[in-house]
Amino acid sequence: MTQQPEFTTSGAMVEALDVRKSFGAHEVLKGINLTIRKGEVVCLLGPSGSGKSTFLRCINHLERMSGGRILVDGHLIGYNERHGLLYEMSGKELARQRQDIGMVFQRFNLFAHHDVLTNISQAPILIRGQSREQAFARARELLKLVDLEGREDAYPYQLSGGQQQRVAIARALAMNPKLMLFDEPTSALDPELVGEVLAVMRKLAADGMTMLVVTHELAFAREVADRVIFMDQGVVVEEGPARQVIDAPQHERTKTFLRRMH
Amino acid sequence: MSEQRIIPARNWGQWVIAIILIVIVGFLLAMVIMSRHITWSAIPQYLFDETILEGIKLTILFTVLSMLISIVAGGVLAMMRLSPNAIVSGFASLYIWFFRGTPLLVQIIFWFNIQLFIPSIDIGSIHFDTNSIITAFVAALLALSLNEAAYMAEIMRGGLMAVDSGQQEAAKALGYTPTQAMLRIIFPQALRVIIPPIGNQTISMLKTTSLVSVVAAQDLLTRAQNIYAKNFLIIELLIVASIWYLVMTTVASSLQYMIERRLGRSTSDAPMAWRAALRLLRAEGSNG
Repeated sequence: MTQQPEFTTSGAMVEALDVRKSFGAHEVLKGINLTIRKGEVVCLLGPSGSGKSTFLRCINHLERMSGGRILVDGHLIGYNERHGLLYEMSGKELARQRQDIGMVFQRFNLFAHHDVLTNISQAPILIRGQSREQAFARARELLKLVDLEGREDAYPYQLSGGQQQRVAIARALAMNPKLMLFDEPTSALDPELVGEVLAVMRKLAADGMTMLVVTHELAFAREVADRVIFMDQGVVVEEGPARQVIDAPQHERTKTFLRRMH
Repeated sequence: MSEQRIIPARNWGQWVIAIILIVIVGFLLAMVIMSRHITWSAIPQYLFDETILEGIKLTILFTVLSMLISIVAGGVLAMMRLSPNAIVSGFASLYIWFFRGTPLLVQIIFWFNIQLFIPSIDIGSIHFDTNSIITAFVAALLALSLNEAAYMAEIMRGGLMAVDSGQQEAAKALGYTPTQAMLRIIFPQALRVIIPPIGNQTISMLKTTSLVSVVAAQDLLTRAQNIYAKNFLIIELLIVASIWYLVMTTVASSLQYMIERRLGRSTSDAPMAWRAALRLLRAEGSNG
C-alpha cells in the first residue's frame, strides 16, 4: 500500500469542485469536492442512490452537471470557460476529451455486432488513427493481460459476463487512457465470476493506473485502494486510507453502511 | 419387438370443410374457364407484349427509386424525430402525421396538378415552367417517395430505439463523435430490426405503384389500361397485369426470405452477415 497521499493540486488527475447535480427537484449531488492524484486508486463506496455512479458519470460528462467544475489532468471537463461563463462543448470536443478517460460499465456494453478483436481495436483505428496491424497487435497484447488470449473471434453473446467485462476493460485500455473509471464493474456478475474481473483490476492498479472505482466489494477496496471515499445522500461523508475507513469508520452513517455490508 | 400400428384420430369436420371448399373453388374456376366472354388466347399474346414489358420496367423503376429515396428521407426524418430540438422533432412529427394521414391516391393527384397553384418556379433570373418539371413520372415518384418516407421514418425510429442505450454510452465514453457512434455502432445494430419491415414495404410498394396509373405514369397498369382502352379486352389484360404483379411479389418475397434468413436467424448470424458485407465493400474499395 502506498503512503497517505498529499492533497496538492499539482499531481492531481481529477479535481472536483463543488459538483452538483439535480434531476428535476431531486438533488443527487450536493457539492462534491475531491481530488484524485496521478497513480492513485480510489474506491467510492456508499449505499445505492447515494450519487456515486452519477458523480462518476460526470467525470466524462456522460451526465451533465448542474453546478461546479471537474478538471481531469488540469483540463475543465465538458465546458469551455469564457468571461466567467461555462459553454458546453460540442459532441466533437467532448469526444476528444473522452478519448483519454477509460470507462467500464456495470452492464459491460460491449458492441454486440462486433467480435472481440473489433471491439478492442475499432476505437484506436478510427479515433487514434492507428494502423490495423498496430491496433490488432495491441488488442492481442491486452487480451493476454485480461487472460482471454485467443478469443479474438468470439462475439459478446458467446462470452460469460466475467469474460465480457474483461474484454470491456481491454477495450478501454486500448485507447491508452490516463484515467480509468469503473462503474460497479462486478455488480452484474454471478458471484463466481467476480474474482476474475477483480484480478484484472488488481493488475492494473499494480501497474500504476489511476483508477476511480465505484464498488460494493469491500475486500477489494481494502486490499487495492489507496484511499476510500464514502458517499451518502449526495455528499462525501468520510474519506481516508482504505483500512482506516473500512475497519475504523468515524461517522455513524459509514458505520451503519458497513455493518449492513458484512 | 414389433412396431405398434397407430391409427391417428380422424377429424371429420375438417374433411367436410375441405370438400365444400373444393366444390366452391371448382365451380368458380369452371365459371371463368367456360366463360365465352373471355378470349383466352389474348393472355399469352399480351403477356410478353412490348408495351407490357416496358410497363414492368417502369413499375420496377418506381419501386426501386421510391424505396431508395424514402429510405434516405425516412432515415433523416427518424433522426430529426429523435432530436432534442423541439422544432426539428416537431417538424418530423408533423410530416409523418400529414403524409400518413392523407390517402396516397390524393397525394398523387395533388402532385400531378401542382402547376394549378404554382405555375412556374423562378430562382433569380432562371424560370421554369412547373409543368415541364413535374411530369407524370416526377409527380408519381414524388408522391410515392414522400408518402413512403413517412412510414420509413417510423420503421427506422423503431430500429434506432431498439438498440440498447448502453451501446451509445460505451461509444461516447471511448471518444466516438456522435456521427461515428451513429454510423459504426448504433445504425449497424438497428439494421437487424429495420430490414425485415423494409422488405415488407418493398413488396407492398410493387403493388402500390399501380395507383400512379391515375396520372397515366406509364407503369404496368397504365399500359394494360391503354391497351384495353383500344381493344376492350379488359379482363384479359387485367389478368396479364395480375400475373406479372404476382411474379414480381413472389420474386421479391423469396429475396426477402433469403436476406432475412442470413441476417436474423439469431443474434449470432447478424454480425456475420454485416461483417461479410463490410469485408466485401472493403475488398472492392481496395481493388478499385
